[in-house]
Amino acid sequence: MTAPLDTEGPAAPPRSNGELVFTEPWQSRAFGIAVALHEAGAFAWPRFQASLIERIAAWQAMPGDQPWNYYRHWLGALEDVLAGSGTVLPGEVTERAHRLADRPAGHDHPAGHGHGH
Amino acid sequence: MTGNGSGERLPPALRTEALEQLLTERGLVDPAAVDRLITQYETNVGPLNGAKVVARAWTDPEYRRRLLDDGTAAIGELGFGGLQTECLVVVENTPTTHNVVVCTLCSCYPWAVLGLPPSWYKDPAYRARMVREPRTVLSEMGLDLGDDVRITVRDSSSEVRWMVLPERPAGTEDMSEEQLVPLVTRDAMVGVAKVEAP
Repeated sequence: MTAPLDTEGPAAPPRSNGELVFTEPWQSRAFGIAVALHEAGAFAWPRFQASLIERIAAWQAMPGDQPWNYYRHWLGALEDVLAGSGTVLPGEVTERAHRLADRPAGHDHPAGHGHGH
Repeated sequence: MTGNGSGERLPPALRTEALEQLLTERGLVDPAAVDRLITQYETNVGPLNGAKVVARAWTDPEYRRRLLDDGTAAIGELGFGGLQTECLVVVENTPTTHNVVVCTLCSCYPWAVLGLPPSWYKDPAYRARMVREPRTVLSEMGLDLGDDVRITVRDSSSEVRWMVLPERPAGTEDMSEEQLVPLVTRDAMVGVAKVEAP
């Protein structure tokens, strides 16, 4: 059938009423990681969905000082699923994230590894 | 499940990066595959797919029947499907019945035909209020429905994803399937708008 999708041609207009789905790059990473893991068979989608529902319900029960951020719950759900299966533990993520936070400025230079400049 | 202590306060960008690193090191995720998936969903999968489905249903009564009978199978005929469309149910809007889709629990959404959900769809206010006062919310979104129009709110669940087959606008009788496709908007397929004639 039709090749999926001419995003610029005459058939494009339906996308023009779309808006940015991801407001920050990490949101698209969190999205892509979850789908990639699911496609690789790491978990069944309903398992992830159940975690997402739990996360959102918990926030709604007690919004606290965290503003609504859908992908924050998405990320939390993904962490919950991976923790539940023992794949990646929350403490490991926290520890690694702290280490990343301590990187010197300029760490995300596109060249990546050499920090000598 | 949610008590990760101070770790929760870390910016989500850092937690995401940390998680991806750990998964990559363990051979569970390939960052290039993640890149491809993001591109796929950001640029290749979108409401255009659903628009093609709608235009086909408007111009082919047999297809329309199959679509309303088994949404998943019918979108599969056009080459669409996959995650989040395992049980797609398509409901038809008419001059007297209006369907609108919401997911009160987790904002699930038929990605394969509509792309990823817009931010308002995921907003707690939309999710809560659409169920309670759909006529008011639709009006706020620019869709005023007469009192004689019956509104049905379709709440997606982990089993069912809903998509709306909007009304074909008057004045488009002579248009071809290809000409109709660009008229169909995402919002019309969620049920928060109507399709307008050009």
